Order: sequence, then structure tokens, then C-alpha cells
Amino acid sequence: MSRIGVFICWCGENIARTVDVDEVTRQVAEFPGVRCAVNYKYMCSDPGQAIVRDKIVSERLDSVVVASCSPHMHLRTFRSAASLAGLNPYRVEMANIREHCSWVHPNRAQATAKAAQLIRLSVEKARRDHELVPIRVPVTRRALVIGGGVAGIQAALDIANSGYEVVMVEREPSIGGKMAGLSETFPTLDCSQCILTPRMVEVGQHPKIKLYSYSEVETVSGYVGNFNVTIRQKARYVDIKKCTGCGECWNVCPLKRNPSEFDYAMGMRPAIYVPFPQAVPARPVIDAKVCAKIIRNGCGLCLKKCKAEAINFKDQDKLVEEKVGAVVIATGYKLYNIGKFQDRPKLEGYGEYGYGKYKNVIDSLQFERLLSASGPTVGELKRPSDGAQPKSVVFLCCVGSRDNAKGLPYCSKICCMYTAKHAMLYKHKVHDGQAHVFYMDIRAGGKGYEEFVRRAIEQDGAQYYRGRVSKITEENGKLIVRGTDTLAGEPVTIEADMVVLANAMRPADGVEQLAQKFNVGYDEYGFLLESHPKLRPVETASAGVYICGACQAPKDIPESVAQASAAASKVLITFSASELTREPEIAKVNEDTCAACFTCLHACPYHAIEQAEVRTPRGVFIKRTARVNPGLCMGCGTCVAVCPSKSADLEGFTEQQIYSMVESLV
Amino acid sequence: MAATMDAGPTRLIRLLQLGQTEKALRAQGMWQCVSCQTCSTRCPKSVDCAGIMDALRQLSFERGVTTPEQQRTVLFQKAFLANIRRNGRLNELELIGEFKLTTFLSGRSVAFLLKDATLAPELMKRKKFHLVGEKAHDRAVVARIFARCMENSRL
Amino acid sequence: MNLAYYPGCALHGSSNDYEQSLRACLGALDVQLKELDDWICCGATAAHSLNQKLAVALPARNLALAESKGFHEMLAPCPMCSMQLLKARKELAESEALRRSISEIVELEVRGEAKVLNLIQLFEAIGVDRLKAAVKVPLSSLNAACYYGCLLTRPPEVVEFDDFEQPRSMEKILESLGGKTVDWNYRTECCGAGMTMANEQTVLDLSHKILTNAKQHGANCLVVACPMCHVNLDMKQPNIEQRYGVKHAMPIYYLSDVVGLALGFEPERLGVNRHFVPGVARSADLQVSKPAAGPKAAAPAKDAGTKAGATAKS
Repeated sequence: MSRIGVFICWCGENIARTVDVDEVTRQVAEFPGVRCAVNYKYMCSDPGQAIVRDKIVSERLDSVVVASCSPHMHLRTFRSAASLAGLNPYRVEMANIREHCSWVHPNRAQATAKAAQLIRLSVEKARRDHELVPIRVPVTRRALVIGGGVAGIQAALDIANSGYEVVMVEREPSIGGKMAGLSETFPTLDCSQCILTPRMVEVGQHPKIKLYSYSEVETVSGYVGNFNVTIRQKARYVDIKKCTGCGECWNVCPLKRNPSEFDYAMGMRPAIYVPFPQAVPARPVIDAKVCAKIIRNGCGLCLKKCKAEAINFKDQDKLVEEKVGAVVIATGYKLYNIGKFQDRPKLEGYGEYGYGKYKNVIDSLQFERLLSASGPTVGELKRPSDGAQPKSVVFLCCVGSRDNAKGLPYCSKICCMYTAKHAMLYKHKVHDGQAHVFYMDIRAGGKGYEEFVRRAIEQDGAQYYRGRVSKITEENGKLIVRGTDTLAGEPVTIEADMVVLANAMRPADGVEQLAQKFNVGYDEYGFLLESHPKLRPVETASAGVYICGACQAPKDIPESVAQASAAASKVLITFSASELTREPEIAKVNEDTCAACFTCLHACPYHAIEQAEVRTPRGVFIKRTARVNPGLCMGCGTCVAVCPSKSADLEGFTEQQIYSMVESLV
Repeated sequence: MAATMDAGPTRLIRLLQLGQTEKALRAQGMWQCVSCQTCSTRCPKSVDCAGIMDALRQLSFERGVTTPEQQRTVLFQKAFLANIRRNGRLNELELIGEFKLTTFLSGRSVAFLLKDATLAPELMKRKKFHLVGEKAHDRAVVARIFARCMENSRL
Repeated sequence: MNLAYYPGCALHGSSNDYEQSLRACLGALDVQLKELDDWICCGATAAHSLNQKLAVALPARNLALAESKGFHEMLAPCPMCSMQLLKARKELAESEALRRSISEIVELEVRGEAKVLNLIQLFEAIGVDRLKAAVKVPLSSLNAACYYGCLLTRPPEVVEFDDFEQPRSMEKILESLGGKTVDWNYRTECCGAGMTMANEQTVLDLSHKILTNAKQHGANCLVVACPMCHVNLDMKQPNIEQRYGVKHAMPIYYLSDVVGLALGFEPERLGVNRHFVPGVARSADLQVSKPAAGPKAAAPAKDAGTKAGATAKS
């Protein structure tokens, strides 16, 4: 015989104004199995919870129904209260008579009747609740960080400095990401490499960080606390353990003029190269697409020169297995492509700006390399076509962002700030130069950001025009920029020596395939999906997988670093005990009745069902069966829906419970 | 063309967004527009700006806000359409004649009337001058099409 | 090839030299043109400026006339006409209600099935290889600035033809005929369109900029595929020269002129002698390499960026 207690909340006026709580209490008290029914103004308050606890004890309740707000609000509260009173927390149900009733139905009579019905449903459910115990899952207390940019570096250091091992996987030959290529960073105008390289070295030398550079994640299996990751170490053709970084090889390489990826084609590099001098690891890699030895067995000069015998032209990709308990994805960004080649059907380039046609029209990362003290022009600002110092530079904001027609509709967030920075750095290098900036709005919302932009305008003389540029052409070596100033209401034409386009931030290439490997969602632009944009910005729908930095959305360095530490803290929470607890409302297969058709296995979106065997204690095979992995199952119920023999069921939401709820209404 | 306009496309669209339609219709900017379609092609919000200029012209004309007397372009286009209505196809000589005459009658100079008079012999020399213009056979259907499209017309 | 032919008012009016040259060269290329029976004006600028319904109805009637005669393709050599026809076709395809109401207004069922081609598209359909093979007189003395104007490539979602910022379809044809083309900056800038009579000043200003830029980039002629552009750049060239005190002396050829010349026709046969600015007088003159008109005799730039320092001044 059930002994169910029903506790009806007024929620102040939120429920009680519309639902006649006294009438509902009267009706509910008559429901079969209901031992007591009370109402109170704020059930979630301390006195309210005390009522629940007291009634559990005094009435020897075996189930509790709280009729109040959404379980998203206070389910945990009432479960804790029940626990304290000695009742299994999974025998607590909530009927949502606020969001589902009083807040959406203005008619008092109708709302009251509906509230009673909603409670009836919960009573039926509670009647068939079982006691459940949270699931315990072992945890491998090692983390995987994918991406060695500033976010990945921060997350790795935070986790490693807490005493746990970190495996870092970086696709490029060196860590450092985009930040390593910047000249100075806003709003402090810190030299980017100066503040980043100490961190990079720390990662490279950290006893608890295992760095796989020039590598990618190949496959993933497992679940939170227990991931099995296969990493592909791409062939460098250089043994980084033997190599001393002496540089004889890249000095002797005859193929010196390959566009440098690190310099975004503003400079050249040899076929065997280190991307930049401060690289970590500071070891070269051979570009197999151009190396004469690899392509046609010619040259081989570097092999002859190398005293450490570190060069190995027979190198192959290697696959390595690692076991980790948590993953942080920090894959960063790339920039929108301004030219004709696009990787998505809805995108087009901006043919009117002449990018790709005119050498002196470049994008923002290319400009960073020209400004950089360690860049291809060694810190002197020289324009690409003839190396002359540009006396007038035009900066265009919002190229590819805030554009529904040809580009991406969102705001790329950092461009207003870095354009102001570019204008300032330009003026610092070319004292008699003039910067012109075409903008739509100025977004400078961070600490000291507005003041920074004003500095560019007031102290460094940047001329700002509110309007867009329509067309850029070249006449006699000058770029003719035709735009408009909507504040003055006039067209503006500028003859410039160079044009810098602020193109939009987008997620890095390949992030969607990576996300699929981890069952992490992504939006239509490829940005990885967080669990909740406000309250859970670094967690994902996949337990144990966290995200941080520009892979989640466009953001600047301070935010990337903050998110990286946030993701690290989530990892540390996961590692805080040697076992993880998970909510027990998951699927379960009745192995006696299971026919091993494995429809559920194929239907499960979390790959949480395995093929298993039922054997006698001596090991004699009896039958095959489907079995739910309690570490992976998210309790979605798909398997329950597809199972033809009704062997799969959901703890806490059994078929019996659901059917009895439905029948109670009819 | 924005440099020559009293209110360019940015201002006209802003006035419409603010609900100041009358003010926008009274502007002359849209009559300087040559319908080159560059605006719509470049707009990052895919706003059909060229279409809006069309709409402003159509409404301004229909409501009598801009009259042919005020705006030479309106006068020309009105004459053009009247010409098509009569002939089914454009009769250039008739059009030039009507345009010059009505412009002159609206109080413009003799100079304008006589301008390009030297063009006539040049055109004749090159057999580009047609005294008798081409007409469509079924002109009645053209008249009916016009009647159906321009019900309360100022044409 | 057999297709319907919609000349439009300009080609039967003051731009009948365009019709003369296109009939000549298309005839030589085995293209049969059947002029649409009783076509009517497409409405041009006047219709879309004064009445929206008319702007759709007038072109729609012509689409229906083509369909009713069983044509699948129609040549409209004037881009104003072709753009209006394509626009009407698109709007009718997007709205069944509009299609029915317009069909009633024009007293013919308009299904919008016939394709509309501009002259460049027709040459592309004939094929660059066929053109190359048919060349009798390579256009080696021409250093042409190909001028597209507005309506061949815009609005892009209506005309869906060529790259609307950096088109190259005419250049490809010219190069296949042995001609040279220049890379210049006013290929898709407006010449003033239909404002020739109503707002001559605008036309003179815009067309002057076009001619000036072509010359600056070493062109000795312009090639156009639009009768309005031709009028503004050719017929009005004397007025431009007078207003700005400049001697442009820039011949303006129709695309069909240059194709016809390459096929071996004498200029007179193509109507080139009827232009206001004299073009080549005899076919033989094409063989003689003329010095490029204009102060800068620069070789045609394939990629403007690679010309480091030639005339660059920082």
C-alpha cells in the first residue's frame, strides 16, 4: 500500500493567484495512495523543506510529490530534503503546476482543474517509483587537451599544475596557435610572443604534460572517466629526440621559397623548416609536398648535413593510444576566406575588394605578421608589392561578418578592437602615416577597451568613417578605395598605399569531424555547442568533454584564457574523486527477455549499448544480450521505444509508470 | 550617384525605417538613381535597395508628390510610357519631340529645345533616323495591358 | 542553332547598327534567328520606375509570345531587355498567384519556360573553340577594354551570369579571336544607362570616367554588348570631349562587330562605319599593328599585382 505525501506550493503569488491551492489540496487528498496533502507558501524555503522532512518521518511516507515549479529549479532541493529524512531521493517526483499551469492559463477554474490532474499524474508515477542508487564509474585521472593555442596551453597548465597528467595534441608542428603570430595584443599592447612563449616553454618542459605536436586525434571511444583515444602522429621526417635544433638542415635546404604558413604567405620558408624561432618543440618538419628527396629521391642535402642523424626519410605516421578521463577541446579559429574559394555553399567572397588580385590588399593576420618584430619584414612596415613604406593605410571592418548576403551573420567580436590596435601600431611605426578606418559600429565592451579605441582616434590620429567600402581598384600603384561616411552623408574616396581587411573569425578546419568523434554538437557555423550559453559555457552535452576558447565562439585572449581555466576547473571537479557518480535514471535491459536483435544498439545516439554474453558461473555460454553501459547512457529512452520485446526500460521512467499515468487521465 | 543626391539611399531608407515616408517621397534623390543595381548587389543584408528606389519613384509619381514639371526624369519617363502605349514599341522621334516640347512648355529654355538639333542630320547620315517609327500590329492589346496595370494612373 | 530573337526598341531604333552586325556574324555561324512576332517594348527604365505591374507585364507578354511559338531559347541582345525578361521570369516562377494575374493581364499564358540569352551567352553556346576555328582575320591590332556595364551581370541572383565583380566572359571571347584585352577598373561601372535624354550631364560624367580609365590602362578601343552603353560612349563621345576638353578618340565596338571582323567581314558590312567615333575602316587595317592610343602603352596586365614598380609611386 502506498504512502504518498503531496506538497503543494503557492510559490507566493505565482501559483496561488491562478490556482486555488486549497481546492487542489482537498481533491488530491482523496487520490488513492495519498497519505497526506498539504500546501504552503514557499515549499523550497527552509520551513517548507522542513515540512516535507517532518511529514516523511511522521507519516512514514514512501514517496513524495512536490507540486510547484519546474524540476529544473528545485528537484535537487527536494531530493536532498528527502535524503536527509531517510527517504531514497529517487522516490521524489515533481508536478510542474507553475510553468505548465499557472503561468500559461489565465482561467482560474481551468488552471485549478489542470493542476489537480498534473498532480494525479505525478502520484501515479510516484506510486511505481523504485529506490535507485547513483551509479559509480571509475575515473582515469588524466586529461586530454586538443589544441595548443593560448586556451589549450592555459587549460593544460592549470590541470598539470594541479598534479594530473595532461596529454596535449596539436595539429601544427609547434604549439602557440594564432597568438604566437600576433605582433602586439590589445588592450595592453603587450608583445604577443613575449607573454606567450614563457607559457609555451612551460608546457614543453612540464613533467606532467605529454605533448604530441604535429598530431591529430584519430579515433575516440569510451565515456567520461574512461576515454580511449587514438592519436595520429604525422610523419615529420625528423626524429625530435635526436635533433638538437642546430639549424644546419634548414640553412642548406635549396628549396627556400615556399609560402610560409606561419606568415600567411607574407614570407617564405624552406622545405625543411621550423615554423618560427620560438617554436615548441623547436624542431624542424619536412614539407612532403615540396621536398625533392621525398617526391623524386633527389637532393638529400639535409640528411648529409645532420650531425645528429635525426633526419629519416622513411618516417611514417604513427598511431598511439592514450587513456584519459576528461577532454578539453581548444581548437581555436581560422579567418573567413575573402577570395572566391569558399568551403560552404552560402558563402561568397568579396570580389569588389580585389583581395588576391592586388598584392597590397591583405587580411588582418597577414598585417600582424608585417607588424611583428619577428616577422618577414623584421618589424618594418613594408607593403607586399614593392616593399615601400605605406604612407596611407585603409582598414575595413566587418569583412565577412555581420553579412547575411555573402558571409556570416554574426559579429566577430574582436575586429573593432584589433583594427584600432592596427591603426595605433601603424602610426607608431610610420609617424607620418595616416590610418583610415571604415566601420559600421564600434564594439569595445571589455575593460579598458573603449578608452583604447579613443586613444587610436584621439592620440594616434586614426580617421574613422562610419560606412562601408563599395569598391577597391588600383591605379598607378595606388589603391583607390571608394566608401562612404554616413554621418556626413557623403561618399569618401581614399588613395591608399595598402588596405587591411578585418575578416571574420570562424572555427578551425576539421572541427566538425572532431566534434562528431566526441558526440559534441556544433552550430551551423561549426562553433561547438555549450550546455547552456549562460550557466554552462564550457561544458558540452557529452559528459567529460569540455570546450574553451574561440572554438566555442569568437572571442579575444582574455576571454579565451578565462574559459580555459574554467574548463580546467571542470576537469578537476571530474577528477576530484577516484569515482564519478552519475544519475541512475538510465536505461536497463532485461537480459532474460532480450532477444539480442540489437536494434537498440544501432538506435542509441550515445553508443551506450554493447553486445554482451550471458554465461553460467562456470563460463558456459547461454545467450547473447544487449547491455547498457551505465557510464555512457544519457537516459534518452530511444532504446525503450525501439525494443520489439520490451526488454529495454528506463529506470525512473518505466513503461509501467508511463502507461499508468496515461490511464489515470482517461 | 549618391554624391549628386539630396538624399542618398542610406538617408532614404532611414527615413522609411523611421516611418517618415512622406519626407522620403518628397526627396529628389531617387530620380538621380540610374538603376545600376550596384547597391543591391553589395548590400550585406540583401536589402533590395534598387527595388526600394523603384518603389519610391512609383509611389512618388502615383501620389503626385513629384510631378513631371518638377523633375525632368519623370517627364521623360511619362512620355516614354505614353509612347509605348500608343505604338507598342518605342518611336524615338516622337519621344524626343514630345519630351522636348513638354520640357519647353514647363518653362525651360529655348537652348534645351534646340540642343542636339545638330544630331538629327548626323543620325540621318548614319541611317539611324527613322521618320516613320515601327509600331506593333496589335496595339489594342498593348492599350489594354496598360489600362489594367495603371488603373488610377497619372499617365 | 535556332532561337527566338527579341530585338527590343533600341536595336530597331538608333542602335540598328548593332542588329546589322549581329545578324551578319550570327548568320556566318549558322545561327537562325526568328524575330518574335509582334513583340512589344520591354518597358525599359520607365516601366520599373513608374509602375510595378507594367514592369512585369510588358516583359511577360514577350516571354509568352516566345513560348507560344514553341521556342526554348530567346536571344535578347540588349541587357536592359534581357534583365527585365529574366526578372519577370523569376518573379513569375516564385509566385503562382502573380503568374496567373499577369497571364490574365497580358492575355496569354505565361509559363516562363523559355530561356533568355544575352549575346555573350550565345557566343559561349556556339563555343569558343568553334569561334577560334572560324577566325579568318585575327584581331591582333585591337587592345580592347571589355565593358560590361550594369545589367549583364547584375542583379546576380536574377541574371546569374559571369562573376559580377570581375567578369571575364567577353575577354575570353576576344582572346579566342586573337585580340588582346586590358585589365582595367571600370568594367562594371554604370555609363548612365537610360538617362541619355533626361539627365545628359550624368551620362557625360560617368561615361567620361569610363573612357578615361580605359585609355589609362592602354586600351585602343572598347567592346560593349549593350546598345545603351554604345550610345552613351559612342554617340555622346563628341559631347563628352567638348564638356571636358579632352580628345578620347576611342572607338566603341559591339561584341558582334569584333566577332564579325574576325570572321572576315568588312567593317561596312557590320555597320561599323555608322558609329560616331570611327573604328577600323577596312578589314586589312586589323592586321597592321597600331600603336596603342593613349599616353601609357602598357602591355595587357594579366595580374596587376605582379607589375612591381613599373609606374608605382608610393
